[in-house]
Amino acid sequence: MQKLGDYKLPQFFNYPPYFTLQPVRDTREKQVQLWKEMIVDYCRTQKIFVIGLEDDFPLFSNPVIQRFLSHEAREVFLSALVSDGRAEWLDKGHRKCLILWHRIQDWAEIVLQFVKDNGLEDSVMTVEEIRSGIESRGTELHGVDRTILMRALKLLENKGKLAIFKGTSADDEGVKFSV
Amino acid sequence: MGNNRLFETATLTSSGRPVFLPNEVECQLLSNVDLEAEEESSSLFSLQSGLLILTTHRLLWFSSSSSSSAAPPVSASIPLASITHIFSPKKSIKSIFTSHRIRFQVTATDSRSVVIKVVVRGKVDWDGFLGNVWDCWRGRAWESFDTSERPCASGGLYGTDGSVRMVGVAGILRKEQEMWETTDKSLQDAFQDLNALMSKAKEMVMLAEKMRQKLLSGSSTQTSSTNEDEIGSKEEMHDWLLSVGIVSPVTKESVGALYHQQLLRQLADFVRNPLERAGGMINLIDIYCLFNRARGTELISPDDLMQACSLWQKFDVPVMLRKFDSGVMVIQNKSHSDEEIFNRIRAVVKKSEALRAGISASDAAITIGIAPAMAKEYLLSAESKGLLCRDISPDGFRFYINLFPNIDSLDVYLEMRASSKKWPLMVEQKWWRGGGQS
Repeated sequence: MQKLGDYKLPQFFNYPPYFTLQPVRDTREKQVQLWKEMIVDYCRTQKIFVIGLEDDFPLFSNPVIQRFLSHEAREVFLSALVSDGRAEWLDKGHRKCLILWHRIQDWAEIVLQFVKDNGLEDSVMTVEEIRSGIESRGTELHGVDRTILMRALKLLENKGKLAIFKGTSADDEGVKFSV
Repeated sequence: MGNNRLFETATLTSSGRPVFLPNEVECQLLSNVDLEAEEESSSLFSLQSGLLILTTHRLLWFSSSSSSSAAPPVSASIPLASITHIFSPKKSIKSIFTSHRIRFQVTATDSRSVVIKVVVRGKVDWDGFLGNVWDCWRGRAWESFDTSERPCASGGLYGTDGSVRMVGVAGILRKEQEMWETTDKSLQDAFQDLNALMSKAKEMVMLAEKMRQKLLSGSSTQTSSTNEDEIGSKEEMHDWLLSVGIVSPVTKESVGALYHQQLLRQLADFVRNPLERAGGMINLIDIYCLFNRARGTELISPDDLMQACSLWQKFDVPVMLRKFDSGVMVIQNKSHSDEEIFNRIRAVVKKSEALRAGISASDAAITIGIAPAMAKEYLLSAESKGLLCRDISPDGFRFYINLFPNIDSLDVYLEMRASSKKWPLMVEQKWWRGGGQS
């Protein structure tokens, strides 16, 4: 349990059938729903953005009752999140999954709010600064996954709220806000 | 149509097979048979298109109703003893083209003398049937039944019928001698030809039993001298005993095209005892073994068994074939209900031990009182109804009571402690105080 840090696990985490993919339709639906919520909740509190299926993701096993999710089960639950729009597969082999505990639109809103809060309406910033600069400390943007941030920025770009441009170094892009 | 008031009706088992008298053996069965009674050229009654069963004791006629119809079944039972004369069928050119018929003179229940005409339509081994009729009538099997009931006379050296009574040591010796002589003659007669053997079958069975008893008692007293001959003959005896079974097996020969129909009825009758012993449900494979074992000879094939069981739904028998999702096939009483078993399962999985560790199929079999193979089927069935859910792990395939519907998603948080195995018990307190959710 130490691995889960300060995360409060739900009661049913110790219910052994929770870790076996249920075949009966109604039972399965409930099981999937519980897993989806738990995964999203955990990722949000722990600021986890990517889950690798073969990794030792702490939620997928419970050493106390000696149970763990099969690969098939993990894929089922994560695919359910993907169908809900709360996650995306990063590769065709379904080995890595991007968890959107905020949807992209929500991240975009957060960026806008961030801009307004810091008076950056007409300024320029690098992408890196947005996610790790001094202003970002204490906000949800701090340490956000780069892929997610880029997607949010692109969304805002399409809405005309900003413009993305290539910076001096190869992997550092900049953003000009015109909120 | 006319009502049959001249003869008694025949009784049927709950599966539609006739109830036989003691020692009565079925010889042949024909379908599509008319039974007509005439008295001085006027027709008294006529029963159309039914089943005719010839036995060693009687001629039975039943109206053929394959499914439970509203009209009560009609039947007639004509004791062979009441046949006073069999008319030889007139062979003429006409008889080749018309249906087969035979006429008997019979004494009815009201002591009238009537002529019974049996008309058989369709293809049948007529000569064979005629032969059987004559054999059964002449065999007078009902008489040997009567003689065994005659009470023994008592007192005096000479018995009531004038024969010398057996008294004293000489008497015992004489009795032994006579018994051996009859046995010997019986054996000789029996093995003369197969027909005779069949008719003597019952006697042979009794003889075999006696010999078996003798062999068993013999071996227990002679501990030192066990020569090979004895062992060999003992084994032979055992083998032979195994091959004697149901007295009147329904065979393809005696029933012809109705083989499956009569088989399914006989099977339904047979199945009742094993069903009761097994708690209301029994595997098809087990029945296959038990039924064939009881038959001894004239074994039925798995296909015949499947066919017979599948036909049960078309006929009015109290048993049915049931196929589980997993493919397992069982036989159960029509009146059997799953609910009762599910209630028992429900009670078992709520016990504290089951809350903590679940139950396996073998646990269920023991605590609920059903066969292990059936237990798994029931647990799976309960799972599909949402009563249980499964837990597959290196510990095996286990079932827990289904708590998923009761979980209010992530609202219910609990700080985990080291001994978090307390959770199921807390569940019990939280959700079952006051006695049970299903």
